[in-house]
Amino acid sequence: MVPLSFAGQDLIPLPDGALWWPARRALLLADLHLEKASWFAAHGQMLPPYDSLKTLQDLAVLVDRHAAGEVWCLGDSFHDKAGSDRLSRDARALLLDLTARTEWTWITGNHDPMATTGRVWGGRVMVEAGIGGLLLRHEAEASETRPELSGHFHPKLRLRGRGRGVSRRCFVVSDRKIILPAFGALTGGLDAAAPPIMRAMGPGAANAIIPTAEKLLSFPLAA
Amino acid sequence: MIDLPGPITTWFAERGWRLRRHQAEMIAAARRGDDALLVAATGAGKTLAGFLASIAELIEKPDFDGLHTLYISPLKALAVDVQRNLLEPIQDMGLDIRVETRTGDTPSNRKARQRTQPPQMLLTTPESLSLLLSYPEAEAMFAGLRTIIVDEIHAFAPTKRGDLLSLAMARLQALSPQLRRVALTATVRDPDGFRGWLSSDGDYEGVTLVEGEPGAKANIRILLPEDRVPWSGHSGRYAARQVMEEIAAHKLTLVFCNTRGLAELIFQDLWAENDGNLPIAVHHGSLSVEARRKVEGAMARGDLRGLVCTASLDLGVDWGDVDLVVQMGAPKGSSRLLQRIGRANHRLDEASEAIIVPGNRFEYLEARAALDAVAEGELDPDIWRSGGLDVLAQHVMAVACAAPFSADDLYREVRTAAPYALLTRETFDAVLHFVESGGYALRAYDKYRRITRGGDGLWRISHPRFAAQHRLNAGIIVDAPVLDVRFRNGRKLGTVEEYFASTLRPGDSFSFAGVPLEVVGVKDADLLVKATAKPARIPTYVGARMPLTTNLSRRVRHFLHEPDAWQRFPQDVREWLQMQRLRSVLPAPDELLVETFPRDDRHYMIAYSFEGWNAHQSLGMLITRRMETQGLSPLGFVSNDYALACYSLKPVTDPRPLFSADILEDELVEWIQTSALLKRAFREVAVIGGLIERHIPGKRKTGRQVTFSTDLIYDVLRKYEPDHMLLNAAWEDAKGKLTDIGRLADLLERAPSTMVHQRLDRISPLAVPIMVLIGRESVASGTVEDEILAEAERLAAEAMRPG
Repeated sequence: MVPLSFAGQDLIPLPDGALWWPARRALLLADLHLEKASWFAAHGQMLPPYDSLKTLQDLAVLVDRHAAGEVWCLGDSFHDKAGSDRLSRDARALLLDLTARTEWTWITGNHDPMATTGRVWGGRVMVEAGIGGLLLRHEAEASETRPELSGHFHPKLRLRGRGRGVSRRCFVVSDRKIILPAFGALTGGLDAAAPPIMRAMGPGAANAIIPTAEKLLSFPLAA
Repeated sequence: MIDLPGPITTWFAERGWRLRRHQAEMIAAARRGDDALLVAATGAGKTLAGFLASIAELIEKPDFDGLHTLYISPLKALAVDVQRNLLEPIQDMGLDIRVETRTGDTPSNRKARQRTQPPQMLLTTPESLSLLLSYPEAEAMFAGLRTIIVDEIHAFAPTKRGDLLSLAMARLQALSPQLRRVALTATVRDPDGFRGWLSSDGDYEGVTLVEGEPGAKANIRILLPEDRVPWSGHSGRYAARQVMEEIAAHKLTLVFCNTRGLAELIFQDLWAENDGNLPIAVHHGSLSVEARRKVEGAMARGDLRGLVCTASLDLGVDWGDVDLVVQMGAPKGSSRLLQRIGRANHRLDEASEAIIVPGNRFEYLEARAALDAVAEGELDPDIWRSGGLDVLAQHVMAVACAAPFSADDLYREVRTAAPYALLTRETFDAVLHFVESGGYALRAYDKYRRITRGGDGLWRISHPRFAAQHRLNAGIIVDAPVLDVRFRNGRKLGTVEEYFASTLRPGDSFSFAGVPLEVVGVKDADLLVKATAKPARIPTYVGARMPLTTNLSRRVRHFLHEPDAWQRFPQDVREWLQMQRLRSVLPAPDELLVETFPRDDRHYMIAYSFEGWNAHQSLGMLITRRMETQGLSPLGFVSNDYALACYSLKPVTDPRPLFSADILEDELVEWIQTSALLKRAFREVAVIGGLIERHIPGKRKTGRQVTFSTDLIYDVLRKYEPDHMLLNAAWEDAKGKLTDIGRLADLLERAPSTMVHQRLDRISPLAVPIMVLIGRESVASGTVEDEILAEAERLAAEAMRPG
């Protein structure tokens, strides 16, 4: 695990798409999009009804592996307003267990105005949070001058090598901002260099970071 | 002598023509009420032979009301062909027969009118027919249908489009029991297989076989400038000047290339040699429809002298006065070669003229093998497969959209379609469950069902919008995600695959449609370009490569072992083989030669397995993984149709364990399941099966329209429901189509008993054509994504380093 030095903090981008903050024993994740599959099923596309379970199981593995004390979800945790009602029994049990054994915070996003979520699933609900000198919110603000962590855009890097294409979730990092990739099992992505992401990052050089087992791969993004 | 209605006999007489024997036999079969398969070379009046019986019936029953004959072509561009082969004769005979076409391009008001007031003859494609069957009007529309004519059946019977058509024919037969089935095919190896496919009850003998008169033998030669064959390459580019001379010496030349990228390259090469400024053009599947129609039109008018093309012209292009066909690179199969040659000269009594330009010495042997096969009338084996479950799912949904159905009846009906003759009830029910709510063991979606079973036991769609969605998304051809190539004024040139586009930056240039273009930028699903004078790259296309067929492979092996056959070869090929015999060995036809030798601090192992590029690619991945486990530090491998080369830091002392058959049991399955091949197959079955939609009403149609990553769906499904129907369907596809597993399995089973291992101190002559690929097309051992990413990062860092 290779740390990234950001605004005086050591943060570790994990291959799964989460950000691990050792100093606070905090896991940060963005865009779980729970119950995305069932939302599409209701509209006629029968995606596998296992996405929430997969997302939460992956998260539980990280919580256990790092003995995380805090979990911060940076918005769009449910795919839609009613998603919370559709969780399967197994996923419900897992989510309740996770919010009970960690200090869990739901940052609200554009997909999930979560007034009731905290009451139902535990954890607290915030629009933004400032911790350890870092600002946590769902969507980056280009004009923000404080160091900021956010989600929303689902950045992803596509590359071609040895005759085949590779597409991977990535972090978009500048010296003032980090945009996390989506953590949800069925969440797609937007090219890391896409104009909306570049606009949200504001001025200054940005890199796409892909964590692998050995090292952090860094790809400069043209502004 | 067949008794024909007056207008037809007069029409023949006025032209000084006679009714050909096969045309008479087709009519006789029709009069007996028999299904019929016509096997004939191009240019034998084949299309008319299919239609004559229907024309005669409509003359005899002028007040026949409704749809009489349905004609199915694999091509969307029916208009030109049909004009010549059907509409003109009907007009010249002075007949009042209503003929219309229906494709994706037909205006929707006409489509709607066709459903209620159909013409007497309707010309359409398998996809459009399947869509027609999804409308409630289908029952009335097809109730009186007498004949269905399937053209170019050889081109699609054993494919998914064939599955769809076969299911549609089963449905038509149920709607109109008196329906007679007719099919037309080019010369094929296994006519009985096609008769069985066409049959409505699985009995091929019930389908009359009509054989056309054989055409004159083709005049084919191999073109070798200065009588020399290069060591490497596979495109024949070195012969551009000679090919251009041939174009100048003929009226119209078709230059066939094996891939789209090659077509672009060859076009550039020819253009550079085009001193006389002859009108030449390029035609391939990635060009826009308008661009292709323009080229086809120019060809039909006689405005072109040369056309560089790909398989996009393999089918039914019966216009233009082609008098020479050039095949650049090896033909890969004798049937394909024959069909391509058939494009030249549509008069049966004259020999077609064709030239093959082999790319390298192995390709020379292959070209020679193809010529021998053609001379002996040996065709490629027809490979039959069982029907795709994704296609069945699409058909079931179409049936549900038209009217309520009984599962028992539909199951019986589907089994009369040849590709589904062996379908079990259990599998059928799984498909039904999939169409209903995704087919998951966890019944999470019961409230979202697309089709439901009513109290009457019949299945019906649960909401009309599912019918609309189905009609928007149905189809069999799933393209790789693409971007439109456009000028800034909006004019579209065609498409490039998304992955190729993602490697381009503004200012980069690439060649497309024969024109060098500079990238301006990407906007939505468009790659914006402008014309440029900069030297240009060639787009890469993911499209599968055609493997060498087994019969040509067998012939090439025999050549190696029969020095008597070498007398016909050019001198440098003879010397190459003689030197190989001296320095190493030439394997007997049933032997697997494996050579090992050191070179420049590396160790090489070459296996001459002749099983085709696809099988060798799979084998290369597996062998290098085994070398890794053995601690041999493999660095990479390359393959072509004839051989596989692996290179490593430590020598392979005994290749036998690397090729043992147990590879098939564990590593192969594991490798395929995690490979990109299976994910691509999954994407296709997910789209065809209707799990995900590619088109959203009102949005533009591009491959990107698939709204989520099917790779992610694949991963989730594999973890939580590994037995899901779609995963099985993807597995079947990948197994058959993408990796030539059968050939790989044969090779590995033979390997222990047939391997001849030659330890050499340096490179052998036979190894040169594959060794030169190293570095040019390097695939390192573990093609794990992480490595590709790391390599890309190193390259980017190197390029971006200041100073």
